[in-house]
Amino acid sequence: MQIEEKFEPTIVAFCCNWCSYAGADLSGTNRLQYPANVKIIRVPCSCRVNPMFILRAFQRGADGVILCGCHPGDCHYTTGNYYARRRMTLLFSMLDFLGIERERTRLEWVSAAEGAKFAATMNDFVETVTRLGKNRRLEDLRCNK
Amino acid sequence: MQQVIRDKALSLLEAGKVDRVLAWKEGEFFYDQTPHVFKTAEEINRSLVYNGFSAANLSKYLVKETLKDGMIAVFLKPCDTYSFSQLLKEHRIPREKVWAVGIPCDGKLDIDRIRKAGLRGITSIREDGDRLSVSTIYGEKTVAKSDALAERCENCKSRKHIVYDELIGSEGEALDSGRFDAVEALEKMSPEERFAFWQKELSRCIRCNACRNACPACTCEKCVFDNPASGIESKAPASSFEEQNFHIIRAFHVVGRCTDCGECSRVCPQSIPLHLINRKFIKDINEFYGTYQAGENPDERAPLTNFDKDDMEPADAFRKGE
Amino acid sequence: MKKIALQNLPKLFSAISESKALYLPVDTESGAEFRLYREGDTLSEACNTNRSAKDFFFPQVEDMAEFKVEGKKIEVLDIRRESEEFVIFGARACDVKSFEILDSVFLADPVDTYYKNRREHVTVISLACNFPEETCFCSTFGIDAASPAGDVAAWIIDEELYMTALTEKGEAFLSAHAALLSDADESKVDKKKEEIAEICHRLPLQNLPVEHFKAEKLMEHFNDPKWAELSQSCIGCGTCTFVCPTCQCFDIRDFDTGNGIQRYRCWDSCMYSDFTQMAAAQPRLTQLERFRQRFMHKLVYHPANHEGTYGCVGCGRCLAKCPISMNIAKVIKEIGGEK
Repeated sequence: MQIEEKFEPTIVAFCCNWCSYAGADLSGTNRLQYPANVKIIRVPCSCRVNPMFILRAFQRGADGVILCGCHPGDCHYTTGNYYARRRMTLLFSMLDFLGIERERTRLEWVSAAEGAKFAATMNDFVETVTRLGKNRRLEDLRCNK
Repeated sequence: MQQVIRDKALSLLEAGKVDRVLAWKEGEFFYDQTPHVFKTAEEINRSLVYNGFSAANLSKYLVKETLKDGMIAVFLKPCDTYSFSQLLKEHRIPREKVWAVGIPCDGKLDIDRIRKAGLRGITSIREDGDRLSVSTIYGEKTVAKSDALAERCENCKSRKHIVYDELIGSEGEALDSGRFDAVEALEKMSPEERFAFWQKELSRCIRCNACRNACPACTCEKCVFDNPASGIESKAPASSFEEQNFHIIRAFHVVGRCTDCGECSRVCPQSIPLHLINRKFIKDINEFYGTYQAGENPDERAPLTNFDKDDMEPADAFRKGE
Repeated sequence: MKKIALQNLPKLFSAISESKALYLPVDTESGAEFRLYREGDTLSEACNTNRSAKDFFFPQVEDMAEFKVEGKKIEVLDIRRESEEFVIFGARACDVKSFEILDSVFLADPVDTYYKNRREHVTVISLACNFPEETCFCSTFGIDAASPAGDVAAWIIDEELYMTALTEKGEAFLSAHAALLSDADESKVDKKKEEIAEICHRLPLQNLPVEHFKAEKLMEHFNDPKWAELSQSCIGCGTCTFVCPTCQCFDIRDFDTGNGIQRYRCWDSCMYSDFTQMAAAQPRLTQLERFRQRFMHKLVYHPANHEGTYGCVGCGRCLAKCPISMNIAKVIKEIGGEK
């Protein structure tokens, strides 16, 4: 009998330095579990994330990309996350328009105190993307070699 | 109309009001006009044209032309004035060096549509009211003008001139166009269908960069796709990812600045409906953040350099669409 | 001379595609394109395909080698494969002539093995143009739209396709499919040739004054003040270059795959600001210089280096596709002519 190998997605999480990255840290110190599929990239602010970062993450093998920042109103730079929100809303909508599964992208607000929310969000996102399977529509075949 | 425009160009030159005139120059056939800077009355009388094929949007040339000394006159169709206004807003053109003449437009023609109707060897075209008399090597034919109209003109968004120094003809109005219908039709498809549609379209891209280089909103001195330090510099669509990446990023760079002039689709040698990508962004902006027309109001903040505390989340945007 | 009824063409196409890959121009929503034959495809009647036939031998993107990197160890992988045997059915006289021009570049010493590999495995069935377009000017370069070169030349006359072999490969092709073909005499073809010649005679651009371009006058052409005016509205895109059947410039680039390098070559355009970019800059800093380079290459440098053969075949694709309708016909008239 052949045992089917479980699909393990690669998830890239862009986390803002001031809230979400600290939130991830907190979930660690609280010993809350979230899957090792999540690769965190720390950015100074959610607003630092250029749409190209998201696309390149997919190109280089990500199956899902999530952007986490401070809650609206709590941005360390006052307004960064408001701009990020508009950009990501438009970008995600465009990816959906081009036929790329909308569940592969997500924007979440996670504060430094929300270690539990971080772990829950990641668990949920990994589960969603696992269900979707491998990213086929925005991958670069050359990177699979 | 051509004679009126020639006369206007001549009088501006003669009066010394301008040193150069930017307009369309006649080609070998009726339809192949080239944007041209006219410097003499003789040149204007010989080859300045304005007709159904004067389609090129001249506003982008002003970025380069206004670096030179002296005044330049330019003829702008209604949709071109939106691009001109947007470029002014972005400080890409010094207003004082341009004499802008608004000219009327009742829709431009698309030679490819005429060819698609089965006409070969087209040597000349005459406009007779709402018919076109087409002479070809293989005989005379007539085509309804409405069947030869460019897509962007079929869905014309406005006949209003946003900015000008003087106007030939009377002022038009912004129109209620069906320009988002095709976007809506795509939105109604399943993601699989949409993906198949865009794969089919984008896989034809040969990365000639005509869309980018013709786009009045693309005025970067050095494009990110030409910059070896950017990490994504590429001269060819070497993978399907790169086809998608180029067009997504290019469209994203002009979000809130694209006036929907339609040059990208007009110049595409592979007939990719690139305007649909830009219109999707415009439609989303209108729905999410309130109606916004780039180039219309120079004092309004662009949607991506603005925010509202109660803006919707990406997930809400998807819910809205359901 | 052989012939086959047009209604039997699908049978011929099926027979060809049984042993070899068959490519033919088919109509799509966006114009005619060469495509691998699929059951049900019909031969397009369009004069030109959107993209030229050079793609068969010199594709826009082609992988050359791979490098596998593990730690400090680099392994070079040779990914070249022997090309499959293939047939191009319905290439026009201009495109067939372009193969000769590409050969003179790619097959000259040192031979381009990637190009040669494909070139050696092809059988070209050319097709005479029954309906030349107004943008056609192949006769300017001595190309006869009525008598295309290739391994087999073909004519569509009424409801039949006439074919005659021009090379050994062509003979082999016709005898391999002899069962579907019947013998024909040449009188109808001769008449068709006259008909086409008569149409070509009426084409507006059929005799451009290209003979004015001479290698001895190189500097005179180069310094012609008209270049400034001609190039002033060029937007610097690569459309003309990429649809051109004879443009052959390419760039070799490395793509970092994350665990190695994929080395590929891709078309490049002398119209681009980053063409032949070196550490400091590229040698042609203005669009005027780039624009001039393209036409000087086709009309002066290429004939000077290749026994008088121009680097243009007059297919007219650039005339139809240029965003601003500035093209080689206008350049020849302005620079070469007495206009």
